[in-house]
Amino acid sequence: MSMEGLTGISIQEAHKRLVRREISSVELTEACLERISEVEDRVKSFLTVTADIALEQAREADQRIAAGDCPPLAGIPVQIKDVISTKGVPTTCGSRMLENYVPVYNATAAEKLFQQGAVMLGKGNMDEFAMGSSTENSAFFPTHNPWDLSRVPGGSSGGAAAAVAASEAIYALGSDTGGSVRQPASLCGVVGFKPTYGLVSRYGLVAFASSLDQIGILARDVPDIALALNAIAGHDPQDSTSLVQRPVDYSAAIASNPSSSPLAGDGIREGIRLGVPEEYFVDGMEPGVRQAVNAAIETLSGLGASIEPVSLPTTRYALACYYIIAPSEASANLSRYDGVKYGYSYQETGNMWEAMEKTRQFGFGPEVKRRIMLGAYALSAGYYDAYYLKAQKVRTLIRQEFSEVFQQVDALVTPTSPVVAFPLGEKTEDPVQMYLIDVCTLPVNIAGLPAISVPCGFSQGLPVGMQLIGKHLSEETLLRIAQAYQQATTWHEATPQL
Amino acid sequence: MPLDRSEVEHLAALARIGLTEDELEQFREQISHILDQFQILEEVDTTNVQATGHAAGSTQGSHGAGVLREDEARESAPPEDILSNAPRREGDFFRVKVVLEE
Repeated sequence: MSMEGLTGISIQEAHKRLVRREISSVELTEACLERISEVEDRVKSFLTVTADIALEQAREADQRIAAGDCPPLAGIPVQIKDVISTKGVPTTCGSRMLENYVPVYNATAAEKLFQQGAVMLGKGNMDEFAMGSSTENSAFFPTHNPWDLSRVPGGSSGGAAAAVAASEAIYALGSDTGGSVRQPASLCGVVGFKPTYGLVSRYGLVAFASSLDQIGILARDVPDIALALNAIAGHDPQDSTSLVQRPVDYSAAIASNPSSSPLAGDGIREGIRLGVPEEYFVDGMEPGVRQAVNAAIETLSGLGASIEPVSLPTTRYALACYYIIAPSEASANLSRYDGVKYGYSYQETGNMWEAMEKTRQFGFGPEVKRRIMLGAYALSAGYYDAYYLKAQKVRTLIRQEFSEVFQQVDALVTPTSPVVAFPLGEKTEDPVQMYLIDVCTLPVNIAGLPAISVPCGFSQGLPVGMQLIGKHLSEETLLRIAQAYQQATTWHEATPQL
Repeated sequence: MPLDRSEVEHLAALARIGLTEDELEQFREQISHILDQFQILEEVDTTNVQATGHAAGSTQGSHGAGVLREDEARESAPPEDILSNAPRREGDFFRVKVVLEE
């Protein structure tokens, strides 16, 4: 059969065809690899393409399927962000520091995919150590937005978002510390989901800011997100911050909607309440983004949701709070790169301190150095109380405010990003301008909440994302709302011409 | 309140990051500008507010997170695996620069 059109299909569609034996995993994998060789020189979403491993895994999946065992992700190609450890495959974090680093174990999330028979196409490009919002901080090369190759894909999981948008991969794993899954998903017109902090194990996720980091999923539609989440969610004794949770079937949660009102499924009463926080519709927001998000809110209202204006006044402190906490944790986490145990190591000196300083001078890029130094400042004697401790207290207030608003409403609707994809190079000179891009996504990480970005229109011909934010462990509610929206709209079906 | 050069040099020393003259000046400006943005937090009254620990649970142990496992001996990765990424090794050891000088 023709491989035409195979690469753009969803996980569910691929699974259906694999089970019916209409296609094999090897055929599907070859189609993706062909698509990669066709567009990758323009998109540049992969740091490593693991074609041999992919084909080997595809053959194994085909044997498994032939034996009647076909879990939902078996035989289906995925891209994995290069901050997620993969045994025997370089995991660079987009950094010169780890250019030649090869993990000796799999991250739990990757391991869980492999147990289902997933096929790894390769490792996704990213801002160095996940610090950035455009993937321009990759030490190797920037990724280009498939909708307009002169523009950024967002970041830091820009490779993941671009790979799904460009139909190189069926879905992708990313990581989200301040919006790094949702913002690139928004800018590339795909769905991006960040689970509740602790729902997915961080074991093997190279640490950036441990109290904020969470592995997330990028895919074409909500049912695919649910399938991948089913695979990777769950307690892991290897991660002391991972939550002990009853297992949830997220696919079943979104499938049980009665036809009358898609928002009135099990567990949600009729007339779900959605809050619209005015603080997220910031000054300087692009008019086209505002229009698209407002239209999406109208659509949700038409589906039976009641829309209520709400206020989250502490939102204005989230950016400062985040840029104290994240760099502080980063400065501690990244102290491990000393050129002794692994990674780049400066050797042209006999002096230990000089070797360490030069290792970090040449191994880290500018944004990483900036954040390490900022964190060192916020944690240093005399400043700890005024910065780090203050930020952790403000964090408590931000979390409390969310908790209060979730007593009034079931979820919040906001833009994911105040702007659409911007031209490469436009914001690289001014770090604060780049930080402001994440103003709608950062508060979610500060509070450890789940959130999803769903395509909801276009502005200047570029994708716009709507963000839905829920209370802790309200994944089922969020996915159900997002699925109801996607069933009523076609934005997520649009694909870029490449 | 802009940082002065010596403060940036001190930070770089704390972080063990070597900097060129140009980088020093660039970071001095940028970090000063970022620190200015943080002043907004002074508006917030945090009297009697507890600092956050786990982002998704208010206290240690909620949802089981933060609970320590029993201290039992377990297999660890083989030394050969652990040493496979070593920039310099000698036998089963990481080789480091001279730490104590005579």
